[in-house]
Amino acid sequence: MSAPSIGGASRDGYGSGLLRIAEDPRVVVIEADLGKSTKSCHFRTKYPSKSFSMGIAEQNMMLVAAGMAASGKIPFASTFAIFTERAFEQVRNGIARPELTVHICGSHGGIHTGTDGSSAQSIEDLAIYRTIPGMAVLHPCDDLSAEELTVQLLNHDGPTYMRTARNKIARIYDHDSVGKLKIGRGSVIRSGNDVCIIACGVMVSQALIAAGELANSGINASVIDMHTLKPLDTELVDSMAMSCGCFVTAEDHSVIGGLGGAVAEHLSTGITVPLEMIGVRDEFGQSGESSELMSRMGLTSEDIKNSALKAISRKSS
Amino acid sequence: MNSDSGGMGIAVAELEEMSRRCRINILKMTHKAGAGHPGGSLSAIDLIVALYGTKLRIDSENADWDDRDRFIMSKGHASPAVYSILNEIGYLSEDDLMGFRTLGSVCQGHVDMKWTRGVDFSAGSLGMGLSFGLGCSLAAKMDDSNRTIWVMVGDGELQEGEVWEAAMAADFHSAGNLKLIVDRNGIQNDDFVNVQMEVGDVASKFSSFGWEVMEIDGHSMKEILVALDWATSVKNVPCVIVAKTVKGKGVSFMEGNPAFHGKAPDDDELRIALEELS
Repeated sequence: MSAPSIGGASRDGYGSGLLRIAEDPRVVVIEADLGKSTKSCHFRTKYPSKSFSMGIAEQNMMLVAAGMAASGKIPFASTFAIFTERAFEQVRNGIARPELTVHICGSHGGIHTGTDGSSAQSIEDLAIYRTIPGMAVLHPCDDLSAEELTVQLLNHDGPTYMRTARNKIARIYDHDSVGKLKIGRGSVIRSGNDVCIIACGVMVSQALIAAGELANSGINASVIDMHTLKPLDTELVDSMAMSCGCFVTAEDHSVIGGLGGAVAEHLSTGITVPLEMIGVRDEFGQSGESSELMSRMGLTSEDIKNSALKAISRKSS
Repeated sequence: MNSDSGGMGIAVAELEEMSRRCRINILKMTHKAGAGHPGGSLSAIDLIVALYGTKLRIDSENADWDDRDRFIMSKGHASPAVYSILNEIGYLSEDDLMGFRTLGSVCQGHVDMKWTRGVDFSAGSLGMGLSFGLGCSLAAKMDDSNRTIWVMVGDGELQEGEVWEAAMAADFHSAGNLKLIVDRNGIQNDDFVNVQMEVGDVASKFSSFGWEVMEIDGHSMKEILVALDWATSVKNVPCVIVAKTVKGKGVSFMEGNPAFHGKAPDDDELRIALEELS
């Protein structure tokens, strides 16, 4: 894999992915005023007859998407992650219950969103959508992987929720490596046998930094980009449990019910090895620069590194 | 049934007789289940019978026909009304109806497209059907199809904000193939609508949202047929039929009685009701 470069934000990848699948006559884009932010705006500009503005009305947007899905279309509906939550029951009852294939994208997920403050920083979206039967939940880590996974959604049956992030971060994949991604399969980015760091979204880059620093101390960490939280790649988790013997999960999301929760739910019924969770500790964010907030809320590579050391120390000798 | 002309093309007297049979089934299935919503089913059934009998382009041999008209029953608790008409069409058997609300039944408590052949929407949570209908409408327009999307809501349901999100969006998107029917029976779960939250001049509200509006007596088969013809003739904007109805219509002790919004008839009540309908 080539050295990380600064690419776009994962939301840019969603916009690029939509353009790549736009020629499919079934694909339609639905917006609730925030297309410039979620990046569906590029599709809307190029394909106005396949794009539908629902105004600032998320509940209606979700059911319009459901009606289109029931009529043979493949709708991609987007708004901020936090505002998808306003229509949670619409997603649950109107989309998922009848098993309609609607792809929802929630951008600006997590504390990383920054200066807009806590009202815009969804820290619970991954958890709530995980609870809906049959719903796949994705959270890619960079623009290229978001683009690739968006393209793959075209052939995914059933409702999905994909969270993207607002800000540009270091690119994890290049144009070759991104092609190996597959919905539902975790991506091993770095291999080591002392501890496994499972991360998603913007925390993948932090996990790689932490793994590099651990290596300087002679500790070899695996790093997994778990871009699909549901269905969780339990086979990979089990394999890592056997080879590494302990885990750290890292997510820009509440530690309740997200990636850490998913991994914990799985491990607790099988291979019980130490698990430390990096995530938001049951509190709301505030305004501030992303780096300031991530540091204040314990979401840095340093926090991951310390948790890795703790997880290793908890292994039974 | 002729899928080209739409509906069963039957006369008023036959439609009224079909309504009577549906009313009997509504009462029988709720009685058998010991649960359900007879009141709002009885208020809606004349409108539904007229729609299926004269307008809805469906294929009795193929419920999944892609280009069929859609009937989106947003007030999904009135499922017995829908099941009774699907029985008339032949999609559901008498046995299916009598399994209403039991484990594994195709007749779920609230209408559900995943469970029931011929049901176009999974309802049960009020306020969502018009939005879903708008999605069907926009898809039909994209396909250059002439399929028509009919949606039924209750008047209490108009208290849900999403209905008005959809009403605004339907006008904005010129959803001329979208036809709404409001079952204005004046009663909701807890009490009369004007006690819980009066929805006021429904016709004026929709009119101010850019919709074409007609108000009718929702139990006069002749008025209903005129309204359905009118709705079909409206082409470029969404339209709504505001149908004044009586909750529990056809059964004396249920008419206008909030108690029968969500209560099934007991043995004696069923006997009296069936006598009245015979």
